[in-house]
Amino acid sequence: MKPVFMKYTKADIINFVVLLVIGFLVIPNVIKTDYWYTSILIPWLCLTLAALGQNIVMGYTGQLSLGAAGFMCAGAYACYNMMLRIQDMPFLGALVLSGLIAAGLGIIFGLPSLRIRGIYLMVATLASQFFIVWVIDKFGWFKNYDVSGSTTFQKININGVAFTSGHMMYLLVAAIVVVITLLAINMARGSTGRNWMAVRDMDIAAESMGVSLLKTKLQAFAINAFLCGIAGALYTYTYLKTVEPFAAFNISLSFKIMFMAIIGGLGTISGAFIGAAFILLFPVVLNAIGNNVFHGMIDATIISAIEQVVFGGLIITLMIFEPLGFAKLWETLKQKVIRKKS
Amino acid sequence: MTDSILFFFEVLVGGLLSGTMYSLVALGFVLIYKASSTFNFAQGAMVFFAVLSFCGFMEYGMPFGVAFFAVVLLMILVGLLTERLVLRPLMNQSEDTVLMATIGLGFVLEGLAQAKWGVEVRKLSLGIGDFPIPWIADNLKLFISALDLTAGLVAFVMILLLTLLFKYTKIGLGLRAVADDPGAASSIGIPLKHIMLLVWSAAGVVALVAGMMWGARAGVQFALIELALKALPVLIIGGFSSIPGAIVGGLLVGAVEKVLEVYIGPYFKGGIEAWAPYMLSILFLLYRPEGLFGEKIIRRV
Repeated sequence: MKPVFMKYTKADIINFVVLLVIGFLVIPNVIKTDYWYTSILIPWLCLTLAALGQNIVMGYTGQLSLGAAGFMCAGAYACYNMMLRIQDMPFLGALVLSGLIAAGLGIIFGLPSLRIRGIYLMVATLASQFFIVWVIDKFGWFKNYDVSGSTTFQKININGVAFTSGHMMYLLVAAIVVVITLLAINMARGSTGRNWMAVRDMDIAAESMGVSLLKTKLQAFAINAFLCGIAGALYTYTYLKTVEPFAAFNISLSFKIMFMAIIGGLGTISGAFIGAAFILLFPVVLNAIGNNVFHGMIDATIISAIEQVVFGGLIITLMIFEPLGFAKLWETLKQKVIRKKS
Repeated sequence: MTDSILFFFEVLVGGLLSGTMYSLVALGFVLIYKASSTFNFAQGAMVFFAVLSFCGFMEYGMPFGVAFFAVVLLMILVGLLTERLVLRPLMNQSEDTVLMATIGLGFVLEGLAQAKWGVEVRKLSLGIGDFPIPWIADNLKLFISALDLTAGLVAFVMILLLTLLFKYTKIGLGLRAVADDPGAASSIGIPLKHIMLLVWSAAGVVALVAGMMWGARAGVQFALIELALKALPVLIIGGFSSIPGAIVGGLLVGAVEKVLEVYIGPYFKGGIEAWAPYMLSILFLLYRPEGLFGEKIIRRV
């Protein structure tokens, strides 16, 4: 396979164009109901971004981190306050800035990774989860002293175009996701990504080969937090709209995002998309089965308990049989089909 | 003594005693880590699973002792299945892989417990009240909860038993050998499977006791899992492989978070307890990554 454009093969480019056509031409023309946009596609794309960040820090760089929801919270409220306090702040500008603010926090909370790893690091990152959300919840300034304790986010307006319908918001989120995914792919395939993987596979060896651990690890944490920050802002602006920090950005969201990265496939970009889709859609499917097949005889709490058992069981199974997740299974399947054809 | 000093002591003692509850959860982690170098993230879920099942059995009309015994059997079964289905297939995998698998295991246990017993908050009465002991209140002017004191005593007894088990019995010697080098241990005839089963069962019993203490205080509910997460900073402070470390770490975390909450909390509308243990553990990680009593971590290329 010869690369035809910037190290990408013809097949890569065809795949990319096909996905773009599906995302921006087929879906907007075929799906007319708002439910699909507002309840499935938008949260899926937002959480995909967060899962991508989690995958970079955990899958590519091998640093266990469990604080995604904290950075998402930071991103969301950074964006909210900039839109609120700075006159004529463009939404996209605020979005990028809030990503950068989250990245700054990511560097601070990534510092322990220079000395520790594994579960030690996970506990240290839990601090970011609990601390950031606590600060935002307890200092009224962040929430503009709203007495209800919750925050209603502004409506998105870019150059006079209002993004209020599910359809429009989907297009906006999808465009942002495409840009960021392309950047992530380029980073993962370049020297940056190779450094990440070298650190993951054996950090001491990587260091002796001249890879700076300080730079590589903090870079991964910063990018993780940047993506989570943007994901958090988009998640609140386009999906949740009204937010109570402790309820929206709790530890179980962090776990969910971690599961997306693991189930989708650690160390793959497509894994973030697959994992997020699975974690989001599985409960929807399970509820539909509960309602239609068993006609509501099964309690909703039992369904969510079953969900947990399935996610947990799936993680154990994947760790045993295919630590690279669904993305790798998909690759293997594709290879088999191609081999049969030729 | 002036009132403010007395009040400080009261806060401190309350914190120390509630810290023993963290120690109890941490003890389960240490047990499994000592014997298999596995971080069992599911310990918190085991606490929840055990005590919820205990309440469930009690609701079926089982007397206290029978229910306790039934849950012990159930936890042995959980240990058996975990050893067979999760740990054995992951025998030679990296630490991080096993850790992630135990996170999965935690979710399975939480889900199973809730699917069987439901999600409503249950009250668990041990016949010990969560109110100040009159005798101490009258004579020493300190208000110390009877439940806290019981938890402290229970923790003390369990630690004593486990330390004796590890230090002075043949089983304990086997456990330490397995932790040191599973390959060498099994080659000289130590039955790995039995040792693992034993350790996981012991961790299950510890989980049940911890859960009963927590349940009597805060009700048996899902929030227990978040409380149990605080055992992680406790372990980092005390050292993952040390039973005394789990105790001292728990006491320290309990005392620090209570003192901070009571004295500084009001300036920030409270809630410091939620993150203080984690921040404390980061401080420890920066200056003493192996914890107070842990063994020094040496890594080679």
